Order: sequence, then structure tokens, then C-alpha cells
Amino acid sequence: MMCRSILVMIAALGTSVTLAADLRPVSTFKKISNRTERSAALFTEAARVLEHPRCLNCHPADRTPTQGDDLHPHNPPIRADEEGHGPPGLPCNTCHQVQNTPTNVTPIESIPGHAHWMLAPPSMSWQGLTTRQICEQVKDPARNGKRTLEKIHEHLALDTLVGWAWNPGAGRAAAPGTQKAFGELIAAWIATGAACPADRPADR
Amino acid sequence: MPYSINVNGAVREVDVDADTPMLWVLRDVVGLTGTKYGCGVAMCGACTIHVDGKARRACFTPVSNVGSAQIRTIETLHETAVGQALQRAWRELDVVQCGYCQSGQLMSAAALLEANPRPSDDDIDMVMAGNICRCGTYGRIRAGIHLAARYLNESTTGSGQ
Repeated sequence: MMCRSILVMIAALGTSVTLAADLRPVSTFKKISNRTERSAALFTEAARVLEHPRCLNCHPADRTPTQGDDLHPHNPPIRADEEGHGPPGLPCNTCHQVQNTPTNVTPIESIPGHAHWMLAPPSMSWQGLTTRQICEQVKDPARNGKRTLEKIHEHLALDTLVGWAWNPGAGRAAAPGTQKAFGELIAAWIATGAACPADRPADR
Repeated sequence: MPYSINVNGAVREVDVDADTPMLWVLRDVVGLTGTKYGCGVAMCGACTIHVDGKARRACFTPVSNVGSAQIRTIETLHETAVGQALQRAWRELDVVQCGYCQSGQLMSAAALLEANPRPSDDDIDMVMAGNICRCGTYGRIRAGIHLAARYLNESTTGSGQ
């Protein structure tokens, strides 16, 4: 009975893994002559990373992380505190190791890990937001951890927990491109005024 | 590869591959079989141990990640005040049914009480959700944690027996 229950849980974790695509290089945006429009376009391209399941799963709408490419609720159920860790007695590293760890149990090929594995703070929830709303949030010191744009670039381009998105372990699709290419898009977005894209009609 | 690990207060020398889960080091090499295998993917909690006082799923913790940390297993949980309170509560409420998951349940319950000495129902549910019991003893587990918390509180305030 125990085994059957566990297999049901494991089946619920099944993900549809797709190959990561490249990010457009910054140079391809030069043809957009209007600086603000170019900036917004650069962010829209970078948002392909921010809106990827590897990022969204730990930037949930509430304090419950999600899993897989379909953003289903984390199993076992977890509700993180304001700091982004599990409840007292069940921190993230009860299960998540300091590195991605392979399993011997099909179909879960690995359990993700990082030394600083944690949930984003409530002010940085992204699930359910439009690209414009994420952009405004990323720029807002009241919601982005009091970061300047320079610090935002440093965080996104160099932080190794952000970099996990391109090294997510067996069985998970990586975010598009590379952290380097993503960092270049963010740097170019900032250099062009850090404009945010307008909501698409479907977003309104 | 040789590792020196601290298990239940004693240094143990083990010679295993770096990615060997602590569960198998404890059970097959050290000979402590109280920690159980359930799912192998850190989802059922049967293999819970303490690493420097914090709950860890042993089925998924490589021996190479442990270093010099203090490891405690169910075999010595009774040496702690929290462990004694839990044992007493477990016996009084007859919490256990088949018992397979109970070493993991107790280790998680102990980690919870160490971090939160007066947990609410919600606090207990959030932490113990990571431990599965196929016999469905969840209600008694929750009651047992509340009772153990009461015993601990009484011993702290001097109002216990």
C-alpha cells in the first residue's frame, strides 16, 4: 500500500520537458531605433527567462512553491515563511541538498538543490503577473529587496541560485539561453532606460 | 572512499562511495536499522534523521554532504528531553499502528518541537505533511505532539509530575 501511494505521488510529479531555446543576442535589438521601445523589447526577451517554470516555481503567487513545467503545487505540501524557508522544523534543506542530486526512482530523475535553496520573498512573487508587472516589480526597490538597477543586474547575471535555472538537474528543462546572455540582455535593458513593455491585449 | 562520520555521539569510519545515501550508510554499514526506507526521493519521511539537530531525509542525503555534522538517529532520540516527552506521549496515546513510518514520524516531530515548542494544529500539519503514514495515524500523531509539548512545558515550568 505504501509503495502504491508513493507511486501515485511520483506520477503526479511528471513533467513535460522541452529543450531550452537560445535567447536573442543584444545586437539583434539595434534595429529598433526608438530607445524606449528597444529597452522594452530587451526586457521582453529577458522575461522569457523570468517567466520560465524554472524561475516561476520559486516565485509563486502565494507562499506555496510549485513544481514541474505545469507549475503544479509542491509535493509534499510546503508553506514558506516570509524569509522564504519552510516552517520551523521543516526547512528546505530537509530534502533539498546543496546540489542537484540524482535519484534511482523513475520518473523523478533528480531532486533540485543549491546551498541557498529557498523561495523568493512575497514581494517578488511573479506567477500570475504580466511581463509589464514583473518588469515594474523588478525595478521597484520597495519590492526588489532595496536593490538598485546595478544590483539587479549583479543579482540576475551572477547569483548562482539564479544560475541554477540553467543547471536544473536531470529531468528538467533549463531556462532559455545562458545566464551570460541573460545578463547581457538585462545590462542592455538598464543601459537603455529600463523601460517596461506595455501589456499585450491578452494580458489586459 | 573513507569517511569519518559522527553518529549518535560516536565517530564511525565508513568506506563507501561519495554519493551513498546516509540511509544505507546507517543501515548497511553502521548497522542502525531503525531508520527506514520508504520512497527514496525524500517524499515520505520514513528515513528522517537529524543532522546538527535539523531534520534531514537520509534516503537522499549523500554521505559526502554530511562532513563533521552530528547525526542522530531514532536509536538515541530517547537521550533528549524532547525524545523522552515524545516517547511518553506516544505510549500513552498508543499512537503507533503498524509502526513502519514511526521512526521517521518521531524524528520529524522532535525537530518540530525543538524549533517550535508550542506548535498549533496548523504548525504540526505543515511540518508533518512531509511524513506519510499508510495506517492513517495522523490524528494520533498530532495529539501525541501536542501532549509531548505539554510535558515539555510542564517540565520547563516545574509543574510536571
